[in-house]
This record gives sequence, structure tokens and C-alpha cells, in this order.
Amino acid sequence: MTVPALEARGLIRRFGPLIATDDVSFAVQSGARQALIGPNGAGKTTLINLLTGVLKPTAGQVMLQGRDVTHVASSARVRMGLSRTFQINQLFPDLTPAESLALAISERDGSGADFWRVAGGRPEIIAEIESLLTRFGLEADMDQPTRKLSYGKQRLLEIALALATRPRVLLLDEPAAGVPEAERRDILAALAALPSDIAILLIEHDMDLVFNFSHRISVLVAGKLLTEGEPEAIAADERVRAVYLGEDAHG
Amino acid sequence: MSAPAATATMGRVAAHLHRRARWRWPEIAFWLAVLALIFALPSRAAIINEALIAGLFALSLDLILGLTGIVSLGHAAFLGLGGYAAAVLASQGFADPLLGLVFGAGIAGLAGLVTAPLLLRGGDLTRLMVTLGVSLMLGELANRNGWLTGGADGLNFSIGPVLGLFPIGFTGQRNAALYSFVVLFILFAIARRVAHSPFGLALAATRENRLRAGALGVDTSRRIVAIYTVAAAYAGAAGALLAETTQIVSLDLFDFHRSADVMLMLIIGGAGYLYGGIIGAAAFIVLRDVISAATPEYWEFWIGLALVILVLAGRDRIAAAPRRLITLIAPRVMRRGVA
Repeated sequence: MTVPALEARGLIRRFGPLIATDDVSFAVQSGARQALIGPNGAGKTTLINLLTGVLKPTAGQVMLQGRDVTHVASSARVRMGLSRTFQINQLFPDLTPAESLALAISERDGSGADFWRVAGGRPEIIAEIESLLTRFGLEADMDQPTRKLSYGKQRLLEIALALATRPRVLLLDEPAAGVPEAERRDILAALAALPSDIAILLIEHDMDLVFNFSHRISVLVAGKLLTEGEPEAIAADERVRAVYLGEDAHG
Repeated sequence: MSAPAATATMGRVAAHLHRRARWRWPEIAFWLAVLALIFALPSRAAIINEALIAGLFALSLDLILGLTGIVSLGHAAFLGLGGYAAAVLASQGFADPLLGLVFGAGIAGLAGLVTAPLLLRGGDLTRLMVTLGVSLMLGELANRNGWLTGGADGLNFSIGPVLGLFPIGFTGQRNAALYSFVVLFILFAIARRVAHSPFGLALAATRENRLRAGALGVDTSRRIVAIYTVAAAYAGAAGALLAETTQIVSLDLFDFHRSADVMLMLIIGGAGYLYGGIIGAAAFIVLRDVISAATPEYWEFWIGLALVILVLAGRDRIAAAPRRLITLIAPRVMRRGVA
């Protein structure tokens, strides 16, 4: 039995009388392609914030590669291999993609506190920036302030930045949300090309993407984990259809 | 085939990342011009000295406000601490200016380190109030502990020559300006280097989007504490310079107007690129000197007007105005030339 890459154990989060996360236990195995779905207000964002350490759980534990990280700060969890992207772009508007990547790589390799050397002064950092820019098709825009990039390019930079932290587990929060059709293909190609040894948890509304991408699906409803299983089983599950697929009038 | 292409991109990435780290000739010209000014205008050495020290003070605010996005309305706390630390040391018989400078910067830096954790939570309004509160408390402490600080009378003291060679009293005002110039330049060069390091990049990221900086593994709290400590030490050095070159300190050093003025200077000169504080301080002090000579009591009206225009119109647009004018006029001129 292998240790899951990421595991939630009995996670509970209350906001006053509201129970946003109600005793959720689930695991993401190493190299998994897993999706987390649920109707609006199901508590997906709260769960992500609990897993990444932005929020502290009222009760329960978060395990990262078998280590209890419940009380580890979110930035420290990133350095331990848990990274994420954001549903709404969280970028550095005045920094360029190259600078943003230089930052992420420097923090990861432990030179982030170096205050004397020029950022990106080492050839191996330059090479890694270059390879990420190429992989995500951002070479041409690498010296533009991020705010000037097209929305689709910004979505790609979201993923590139998360990848620059060399995660073992990557949480993708609606990576294709709001991307115009013309740029959507680039996002899907980037997702398909993510390294297979990274465990990925995809939070998504787009059912085409969910069923194409994931091998396992967890369904969250009203803060509770309703069911988990392979895509076929989830698609056939009457309860899931009732609360989610039916409501979204999809498929 | 792809290898040379990759190398070309790498060259571009490296050139892009290093573009601001290299010293450019306008910068070198700027510093040489300042140095030349000290020699060219010996009768104005006192005001040049004042502008250099104000420039260092504004530079220190730029480290937290411009680079990191941390607002402060109480930066005078560190100016005052540094000034009083140097003054007390000198009045105890340790009259070496460099010793006083290091001591003043050290004491202020220590105070910055201790108070920085207060700035980690809450928004801008919280930070404005916390920094203001800290500066009020320190000012009152200096007022109440007259045995050490001279209380409301302030402290007069004498200071030795710099390096044992260059007297910086009222008979050595050019030396004083040169002393301030050298200290400002060295501290500026250090700040410039730090700003272009990975640490400086993390500060920029903290300013731009603290949530995402954290999500990339940046311990933003530690970065803020570190730069706030450095900024406090810089402000303390400015205070020590001011004390040593005037050989007097008074409670005015802690005053609210000092904190407000330094923010004005930085906004006038432009925050975030390190030269803004120095240019803004020079503009502020020259304007004050010129206007208050013509209409005493009225000069703040013009400073106020300049500030309102700057903030409302936006510096970028004002800076772009001449260029826009040219693009407006140039085609007509060219058309006329063709016709």
C-alpha cells in the first residue's frame, strides 16, 4: 500500500453556524489525474483553501506525502511540493512572465533570500525559465508586463508558475474558466502535457474537460463528499445526475 | 536546429532579466552632477546637505512603500531614533561620526525589526495607523526621558571630524554635504543591488500580489520584516546624518510632518525606482526654498497643488505628455515638409 500524495482526513471547517466542509476524507494518489466536481456552493474553494493552508480546518488533518501538514504555513507547503493555480488569475501585473518565473524558481531552489546576486544570474535558472516559456508558448511575451498579456496567455502563465515550483501535487482550480474558444486548445494541450509523475487534482465545471482529463472523480455536495469513482461510474450515478449534472443541464 | 534557437531565447531571457541591473550612463551622470553641484555651489552646501539627507530618508521609505507596497505614516520614528542615538552617543564623548552613523542605523534597524511584526496583518489603513502610533509613542518617550534626550530643549553636542580628517561643523559645510553624499551613494548602491536580486523580486511579488507570492513559496511575512528592518536602518542613518551635520537634535525629528513630508517627496519623485525619493526630496526642498523666499507661509499651497495634479493626472500621463505632443505635431510638420 503506497502513501497517497495528498490526503484529507476528516476535514471540517465551520464559518459560524455554516459548515462549509463537513467531515471530508479523500486521497489523491501519486501521479493521479483526479477531478473534484460539485455544484456552486458545494465548498470546493473552501476545501482547496484547507488543503493548501490558506484556511485552517476546525478539525481534521491534511497529509502531504504521508506527513501531517495541518499546521504548516501555506508557503512552506509549497516548498514541500504542494502547488496550485487560481480560478481567477492571481499574477503579478507589473512583472513580466520571465521575472515571475525567475521568482518562482529562485524560491524553489532555495536562493529566494539571496539579496546580492542578480535575479536569474545563474545559467541553470535561465535555462529553466526558457524551457517553461517554450513549453507554454510564452517566449514572445516573456518581456511584456503580465497585465498586457491576453487572457489565455495569462491562464497559461498561471499553470507555468505553479509548475515552476516543481510540485508533487498540483491543484488546478478551473484552469479553462473564461478562456475564449481560440485559446482554449492551448490550455487543454498544456494540461495534457503535464508531467505524468505529478499528482493532479482538477477542480472544474466543464464536464468535457473533467471526463477527458481525469481517471477518478470525487463529487462534493453541500460540504460533504457524496461519492468517488471512475468517470463511467460517476456519469452513471443517479445521485450525481440528480444534484449536479441535472442541475447544470449538461449531458 | 532547435539548439541555436533555444540559446537565442536564453540570451533574450538573460538580457531581459539583467536589463535593469546594469548601471547606465544617465545614472552615472546623475551622481556626478550631484557631486559637481556640491563643489560648484559652496554657499549652498547646507541646503544641498539637507536635500541629500532627505533623499536618503525618502529612499528608505521607497524600500517599503515603492518596492514592497507597505505604507507608513510614521517613518519619522526611525529618523528620530537614529538622530537621537547618534546625538546621545556623541554627547557621551564618542564623537566619531561614522561610529554615530552605524550606531544610529543599528538602533533604528532594531526598532524596525521589533515593530515590523505589527505590519503583517490588516490592510493599508491598519498599517498607516500602526506606524503613526509607533512614531507618536517614540516621540513622547523622547520627550519624557529628558535625562537622556534633553526633553523639549533637545540636545546640543559636538561631533568629531569624519575619519579624523574632515570637520563637518558649521565651518565645514561642504565636508558635511560630501559626507552625506558618500553615505547616500553607498546606501543607494546597496539598495539598488538588493532590488534586482531574487530577494528584491520577492518584494515586488509581495507588492503585486501577496496571495500568489505565498502560493509560489515566498514567505512574505519574513520578507516584509527583513525589508522593514533595512528601511528603518536607512532612516536611522538619515537621522544620524542630520544630527551630526547640524550638531543638534530636537523632538521635531519625530514629528508627524516629517513622516508626511517624506511621503510627499517620494510621491512627487515617483515610488518604486529608487531615484524617485532623491529627486522628489531635491524638488521639495528647492521648491520650499524658492517659494518661501518669495511668499513665506504660502509655499505649501504650491506643494499641495503639485501633489493634487500629480496624483489625479497620474505621473505616467504627465511624463507621456511631451511624447504625445510630439506625435500630434510631428505628422503635420512632416506632411507640410512633404507638401
